[in-house]
Amino acid sequence: MSISSQNNISSGRLTRALIYSILILFVIYYLLPLYVMIINSLKPLDEVRDGNLMAFPKLWTIDPWRSAWSTAQIGVEASGLKPYFINSILMVVPATLLATMMGAINGYVLTKWRFRGDNIIFVLLLLSCFIPFQIVLIPAARVLGFLEVSGTIQGLILIHTVYGIGFATLFFRNYYAAFPTELIQAAQIDGAGFFQIFWRILMPSSMPITVVTIIWLFTNQWNDFLFGASFSGYGTTPMTVALNNLVNSTTGVKEYNVHFAGAILAALPTLFVYIMAGKYFVRGLMVGAVKG
Amino acid sequence: MKEHLQQLLPRLVLAPSFALVLIFVYAFIIYTGYLSFTDSRLLPSYGWVGLENYEKLFKLRHWNIALKNLAIFGILYIIISTFLGLLLAILLDQKIRGEGFIRPIYLYPMALSFIVTGTAWKWFLDPGIGIEHSLHLWGWESFHFNWIKDRNFAIYTVVIAAVWQSSGFVMAMFLAALRGVDSEMIKAAQIDGASGFQIYRRIIIPLMRPVFLSAFVVLAHLAIKAYDLVIALTNAGPGNATQLPSTFMYSYTFTRNQMGIGASSAIIMMIMMFSIIIPYLYGELKTGDSK
Repeated sequence: MSISSQNNISSGRLTRALIYSILILFVIYYLLPLYVMIINSLKPLDEVRDGNLMAFPKLWTIDPWRSAWSTAQIGVEASGLKPYFINSILMVVPATLLATMMGAINGYVLTKWRFRGDNIIFVLLLLSCFIPFQIVLIPAARVLGFLEVSGTIQGLILIHTVYGIGFATLFFRNYYAAFPTELIQAAQIDGAGFFQIFWRILMPSSMPITVVTIIWLFTNQWNDFLFGASFSGYGTTPMTVALNNLVNSTTGVKEYNVHFAGAILAALPTLFVYIMAGKYFVRGLMVGAVKG
Repeated sequence: MKEHLQQLLPRLVLAPSFALVLIFVYAFIIYTGYLSFTDSRLLPSYGWVGLENYEKLFKLRHWNIALKNLAIFGILYIIISTFLGLLLAILLDQKIRGEGFIRPIYLYPMALSFIVTGTAWKWFLDPGIGIEHSLHLWGWESFHFNWIKDRNFAIYTVVIAAVWQSSGFVMAMFLAALRGVDSEMIKAAQIDGASGFQIYRRIIIPLMRPVFLSAFVVLAHLAIKAYDLVIALTNAGPGNATQLPSTFMYSYTFTRNQMGIGASSAIIMMIMMFSIIIPYLYGELKTGDSK
């Protein structure tokens, strides 16, 4: 709701100019770090070190990108970030899909097949979204060891799936709650069973919430650092952990330009999703914030 | 038989999720709680020591620094993000040309990993190559900004980076609420001669109370969880200057081999979190049911 049309705070020319100036100032504020990362990832190292961080490159180069992707020293190997990028994909894609499927069917049960005590189950699932993960680190490490998946991609998939179920269920439950129950009842009278109703009636209209859920889980899991740092092993380290190792490595010269290129590489998948489907991204944030 | 199966199916379908969460969340919490009363060091061990870990924990200088830092960081982060979010939402709600262009720019940091944000700000705030260096080259020789290297000020750089990351999100929450305000009420106030400023102060901002609450809960939740940002930005340093409960827990459990104390710190973190989240969820679910 805007009250600007009716002659008040934003009416005067001066006020309008002030409003626009503040808004543009903040555009600069939010873009500045990204700008700094991009231009400095395209400079040779001595230009970053001795030159101006804000200035355009005098000598444009994509070597820092090449180095960040395939030759930079990370830990003991000069492999670049590429293998870690692949690890993250291998971990996040299955975990996101699994948690989304479980969330969809849970949401369906919790709204359309209610039974005694289902609310308690929902509250327990909901509360699981908000625990500080430090509380589960020690037992999770032991259980992963017991299941013999310590340090494997499978172990990380398991962890990310489990801690994604709560949010996925919340998203689908809220969405299905608004789905007309009469349609379900009519289908039941026609003899449709539990799974038929889910596949034929709910699924076809679940596209928006599925996109929201996938984006939410993908972003959270891709950006996760704590689980990656705690449970990944040699050869299964995800992108965020590798980036941090690259930037905070104590040996050799600090290759700032390579760090910036690496940081953008780590941000690319989620930025891409945000640019392609920003509307759904924001919707996920809102549902995540306003539970109900 | 088929009827019976149809009744059982929903429960069967829900069972795996329920079992997983029951084990991976609730049993794990109980296990960590149990460990916090034991003499666990490098590995879990089950010698009961009562409240000893908690007594030790609150005597540790590192833990008290971590709590103090969380208080400073949490309070500033919540207040500044909320203020900026509300300000930007109100300004964006003045029929702004190019709103569709500006809004996504305010919000994109929320899509980034805290490690990326931390890396960007780490070098941007670094006195050697960052903003200070740039201003020197532009001729402002006396400019000094070395907070990130200064024990007394490093925690504020965490606030700067965290506010950058999430204030756009708070803006989006307020903007959505502003768009939902009943226009009749505003018109009535205008007829009564209220100025734009008065309308915001007396009518619209008070209507935003639920959003203030949601923003508070989301930001407090993020503040308690904040871990990656500190690791990437300052690695809890210089010294221990930006230690938070989250980094404390990790280092005591996994690098200092004080698992009992680590577990007790995790329990304290959970209590902090739940004392904010549970009343909020309770209120949300109650109003949701009465609708």
